[in-house]
Amino acid sequence: MCLALPGQILSIDHDDDPLTRKGRIQFGGVVKEASLACVPEAGIGDYVIVHAGFAISRLDEEEAEATLREFAALSRLQDDKSAGADLHAPRPKGGVHG
Amino acid sequence: MKYVDEFRDAATVQALAERIAQSATRNWTLMEVCGGQTHAIVKHGLDRLLPPSLTLIHGPGCPVCVTPQHVIDQALSLAQRPEVIFCSFGDMLRVPGSHTDLQSIKAQGGDVRMVYSPVDAVTLARQNPGREVVFFAVGFETTAPATALAARQARALNLDNFSLLVAHVCVPPALQALLSTPDNRMQGLLAAGHVCAVMGYWEYQPIVESFHVPIVVTGFEPVDILRGVLACVEELERGEATVVNAYARAVTREGNVPAQQLLKEVFEPVDLAWRGLGTIPLSGLGLAPSYRRFDAAERFETAGLVSSESALCRSGEVLTGRLDPRQCPAFGKECTPDTPLGATMVSSEGACAAYYRYRHGQ
Amino acid sequence: MANNELFPACPLPIGQYAHAVLGHGGGGRLMQQLLEKLIRPALDNPWLEQRHDSAVLECGGTRLAFTTDAYVVKPLFFPGGDIGKLAACGTLNDLAMSGARPLYLSAALIIEEGFPFDALQTVLTSLNAVAQAAGVAVVTGDTKVVERGKGDGLYITTSGIGLIDHALSIAPRSIRPGDAILVNGDIGRHGVAILSARESLGFETSIQSDCADLSSLVGELIAAGCEIHCLRDLTRGGLGAALLELARDAGLDMELGEAAIPVSEAVRSACEILGLDPLYVANEGRMAIFVPEAHAETALALLDRHPLGQGANRIGRVRDAGRGQVGLRTSFGVERLLDLPSGEQLPRIC
Repeated sequence: MCLALPGQILSIDHDDDPLTRKGRIQFGGVVKEASLACVPEAGIGDYVIVHAGFAISRLDEEEAEATLREFAALSRLQDDKSAGADLHAPRPKGGVHG
Repeated sequence: MKYVDEFRDAATVQALAERIAQSATRNWTLMEVCGGQTHAIVKHGLDRLLPPSLTLIHGPGCPVCVTPQHVIDQALSLAQRPEVIFCSFGDMLRVPGSHTDLQSIKAQGGDVRMVYSPVDAVTLARQNPGREVVFFAVGFETTAPATALAARQARALNLDNFSLLVAHVCVPPALQALLSTPDNRMQGLLAAGHVCAVMGYWEYQPIVESFHVPIVVTGFEPVDILRGVLACVEELERGEATVVNAYARAVTREGNVPAQQLLKEVFEPVDLAWRGLGTIPLSGLGLAPSYRRFDAAERFETAGLVSSESALCRSGEVLTGRLDPRQCPAFGKECTPDTPLGATMVSSEGACAAYYRYRHGQ
Repeated sequence: MANNELFPACPLPIGQYAHAVLGHGGGGRLMQQLLEKLIRPALDNPWLEQRHDSAVLECGGTRLAFTTDAYVVKPLFFPGGDIGKLAACGTLNDLAMSGARPLYLSAALIIEEGFPFDALQTVLTSLNAVAQAAGVAVVTGDTKVVERGKGDGLYITTSGIGLIDHALSIAPRSIRPGDAILVNGDIGRHGVAILSARESLGFETSIQSDCADLSSLVGELIAAGCEIHCLRDLTRGGLGAALLELARDAGLDMELGEAAIPVSEAVRSACEILGLDPLYVANEGRMAIFVPEAHAETALALLDRHPLGQGANRIGRVRDAGRGQVGLRTSFGVERLLDLPSGEQLPRIC
């Protein structure tokens, strides 16, 4: 299964032994333990991508923010382009949660 | 959820879809490799947001779906042994073997346990010294490090009642095989982002050079997928074929080196048969000699299993993008998630399952 | 199955199964198949065909509602409640879904040998507290003990009788095209709370079950003159299964707006991690409310003022006659059809 989720490291256990290094990771409103054996560079407060109880990489927050800025610029550009366009299609609003 | 919700933003999805429509001046056929991406596309209707000039075909990115029938039967035979606690990921429950499935075995008294992580199976082995714990290790390179860690832990604990039925598969050899088939239609590929988080994307360089097909490392959220599509279209429009990283927040070129080292310690590449693609050399992972004692296939006698498959099942063609699930004559009739003919209809990454779940009746 | 006088040959496997699997209790397709192909045909009567949470019975000019439920929740004690609270709320809610005012409950206990009496005391206290708050008594019951290993602690079956003392006919057949579909709060809490209490899954959350008795809220809606067409509590199979069943039984299509369905962030995160869809996760204090469009705002205003209506929202509407399909308009403006999951997602949830 390829699905993995980003979560923030709240605390770390067994920091001395890389094999058993694990942490409590916060995902939205839920906390779950995951192995940090392969992300030795990740510390408390960092975000990691977790798959099957195992952190497969550290999330690069700077890259994430840069990507989001890129999208914001793109959205503005597209908005300008479609400002005079057909308003027939309803634009979906907001995120998934009500 | 931070770093998830932002990548599901509807306005950004809309903007990317518009930009893709503006960029594509010709017909292009792309393949998304990973089943998780297929599900996201079908669930959110992302393919419907794309211009008609773009065709997305679904790839073999479902590890349990590409696992050969005889390995599934081997797993089921182990699950039926009274001394075994059989552990696997949740969506294995209804995958059809030649005669039965895990759900039926469980109903008839087999000790089948769904686990969230391979390491949970090690814990079960420690808690149940009188039983044999077997973990069915299915998955791409994304999952293999977790299995490797479990194997290492079992060795460190000197467990004698833990074993692995290994069916891990590797993506790059499969991509080579797909691109080499004579009727290949893919002009661009969206690579599986989380496989690349582990392995990096340096392995794709020789592939783009040999086949002149752009490969874009792509994530799984709607925004990530459209971003991957846009990057691929832009490459194709420019006549370029390079490896592009459109999932930089999770993926680097060299990937996760400690994870790769763990894989090298516990596994070695082996030849493997893929449903729909035949035998691909060095495309699977087998346990390295120092870990062979944890190999369930060697520990338990499973010879003499006769495997058979439904003659109606065409999942091999679905897995190689040659058949849209909805075009399969058995789709929704003989073959449904409750009466599956093949794994593609029940796996959480199977293309048939995605279409049945989200597009049935449309 | 052997063919003899006690067990005539099994007529058909249900789907591909000739025996029960856990999914048959899941509230999804497998359970529907079991009901449609084996249980309903075996019992076959017009009251079962009402296909609602409780049966509405005519007794000398008075309408009564009658319902029964078995509770096999695991674990017995979970964040926000226990099997006793669940057993009382669940049955009171089933009566309320027919618009009945609950009158009496019964409780049958199947106790496993070795089950501690202090736990039993706690459970019964919880059950009775809910009953008393609803102005209802547990007037009859039964007690059995089974051998250790044959009972999983405690199972409870509750039945309930209620009185329908108004003129409304609150049932699937009363749903009309154009009806507004409301929910009284955010979904998915009970299922997540139960799972968080199952140690093998190892996740922490502050989510509590939404387990609650909705009968007084329903009473207030009726007393306020709301012309309720149908109510359905969203237990096993969640909002998705409930609406799909109602759409099928009413022979009408429905449409929902994904962005309008309230889901808390904690439930969303838990579902992401566990690979669940909140649409199909069990609730024990949530209902879908079908009212004519003209009554929707009144109903929502009343819900907003009531403790069990916090977070209430309009989530969709009933379309014209159709094949019983439920469409979901996603945040990206694309519509997809809902489909019942197979059923084994969350065993022993209620």
